Amino acid sequence: MASLKELSARPERLSGGHRLCAGCGAGILVRQILSAIDRPVVVSNATGCLEVATTIFPYTAWRVPWIHNAFENAAATISGVESAYYSLKKQGKIKDEQDMVFLAFGGDGGTYDIGIQALSGAMERGHRMVYVCYDNQAYMNTGIQRSSSTPKYASTMTAPSGKVKPGKTQRRKDLTSIMSAHHIPYVAQAIPSHWKDLTNKVQKAINCGGPAFINCLSDCCRGWRHPLDQTIEVMRLAVDTCVWPLYQVENGKLKVTYKPRKRKKPVAEWFKAQGRFSHLFKEGNEGLIEEIQADVDRDWERLLSLEKWGLSEQAEEGE
Amino acid sequence: MGERLALSGNEAAAYAMKQINPDVVAAYPITPQTEMMHAFAQYVADGEVDTEMVNVESEHSAMSACIGSAASGARTMTATSANGFALMWEVVYIAASSRLPICMALVNRALSGPINIHCDHSDSMGGRDAGWIQFYCENAQEAYDLFALSPKIAEHPDVQLPVMVCYDGFIISHTVEMVDSLTDAQVQKFIGPYQPRIDLLDYKNPFTFGPLDFHDYYFEHKRQQVEAMEHAHKVIPQVFAEFEKLSKRKYSFFEGYQLEDAEIVLLVLGSTAGTAKVAVDELRSQGKKVGLLKLTVFRPFPVKKLQQALSGRRAVAVLDRCASFGGFGGPVFSELRSALFGLSDAPLIRGYIYGLGGRDMGIALIRQAAEETLETAKKGQPTEEIGYLGVRE
Repeated sequence: MASLKELSARPERLSGGHRLCAGCGAGILVRQILSAIDRPVVVSNATGCLEVATTIFPYTAWRVPWIHNAFENAAATISGVESAYYSLKKQGKIKDEQDMVFLAFGGDGGTYDIGIQALSGAMERGHRMVYVCYDNQAYMNTGIQRSSSTPKYASTMTAPSGKVKPGKTQRRKDLTSIMSAHHIPYVAQAIPSHWKDLTNKVQKAINCGGPAFINCLSDCCRGWRHPLDQTIEVMRLAVDTCVWPLYQVENGKLKVTYKPRKRKKPVAEWFKAQGRFSHLFKEGNEGLIEEIQADVDRDWERLLSLEKWGLSEQAEEGE
Repeated sequence: MGERLALSGNEAAAYAMKQINPDVVAAYPITPQTEMMHAFAQYVADGEVDTEMVNVESEHSAMSACIGSAASGARTMTATSANGFALMWEVVYIAASSRLPICMALVNRALSGPINIHCDHSDSMGGRDAGWIQFYCENAQEAYDLFALSPKIAEHPDVQLPVMVCYDGFIISHTVEMVDSLTDAQVQKFIGPYQPRIDLLDYKNPFTFGPLDFHDYYFEHKRQQVEAMEHAHKVIPQVFAEFEKLSKRKYSFFEGYQLEDAEIVLLVLGSTAGTAKVAVDELRSQGKKVGLLKLTVFRPFPVKKLQQALSGRRAVAVLDRCASFGGFGGPVFSELRSALFGLSDAPLIRGYIYGLGGRDMGIALIRQAAEETLETAKKGQPTEEIGYLGVRE
């Protein structure tokens, strides 16, 4: 893997001057991902913050080919781009020695919710593409509404905390597992606060020979409600509390790529850092933090045992 | 010349698609379009085309993939019907607004609900303002010809708009007729190689495609889209003329039948034109001066040509295979009435709705419309009453 010094010397593919908020995770992860790719790349972008903030006509921040179609179809769109490429290449109309990289970015709204059908379809069809969900756990572009990725008890504009409700009352969807169940060659969970891990995963994804999916937690200081200079610290907390475990499933083999050194931090630390969970510390909401801690503990243990004993399909093969 | 083949409308369109040999086809099955894609999939399986066929999981993804493909400099085609078209609606608009020359066979079927698989024009008529050029076919021959020539219009540098070739579900799609074909080489030479205006895959000149377009530019881009349709008015007859030279088959914005001296004109789209020709013959044999105008090109709407063809007639009956709920008559009636309004010698106009959900349109019903319109002409009084042909009231 290239060193940080080498990575930082690579040409900037997302220019400055875009209108993403200060402290936004999306801009950080896009730069990290693009710098991890050492081949020509074409990007498909779902409607969302990243799209609206980087391409206000007649300006663009993208120094690579880039296409936006609609909200729910970034995966379908890039599948068309990829099909065009391989059709033209097969006919000798494109003569690249190295294959281009087909990359899609969608937020959790465009990926977990409205775009899950197009994503599932594209993955099943086996297009040579990498889909990156920049998961900031709510519909941030439209003003912080709940998504199926919003964690239980987070307060959002459409599921706010109030006198009788402690924010969202449902658990979040485990999209990484759903994508893993598509039996594609590479699935991973990553985060830009752990740039080395993310860079490694991107390189594995672009060289896996088939569809790859990376679910990348992406801080939104506006929606998570914390000061904008704490983005990286808050993301680190997500990893150290095991709220957002870093792992990959490579050709069916699950590997946890980061384990907190001694013991994982209590989930309350992650909650405390963000205003969207502030009601959990108020009178009347006792027991909720313990409930989430139990969920996180169980999920983490499950992940470790999956790493140790293999995914169920491998177990079946061994019988 | 190519062979004379016995083909259903679907097979004829698939044959044209094979001869075009598009780089990418992305489609999702829906009755009555399915057989067209079956036939094309077999061409792919037998290696008769270079096409990358993308069997997507929905029509929305079909058109989305087509947009990605066409933006990448690949000649791209698809096909759908009814609810499939409704599902892809959002991206149907985006395809046209992005000025991508995608060609689509739209096998006309009634929109749900209630669910129905048979022909009417509610699907394509609902998409009439989506920015696509729209052709309506009378039979399998027209489905073949118009689909085969469609890329040449769509990709013309002055046009750069998608084209929808509409043919009636089951009535055309599933009926076997004799079709005069061209050879593969003739079709290839006629349409020529695709020269994209923008190529997303040209990474040395990176292009941002589909950016956010606010009030400071959006209106100008829409105005350019209007202008592209204006250009299509000029390009369509040029391409039709070239096609006639090649095939000896003549196409124009509309076809007249017994039109020259007609006092009463029936205006129809699609397969009903065939039945209407028989009805016109019968009426003529009774000495009634009835003619037919079959509209082939509905988008762009040939306003001036229709004004020229219809002014001075006594009355026109417009037969719509689509209802416009709460509107004034069907969509073709409404547009034609508007086109003729204010002309000093404008004919009286009557509107009819017929054939919804595949209800059969026989000669007797067309005759009824003609007789009533003759009556209107005799009275010389305009009527705002919309007639419904063949419905139990």
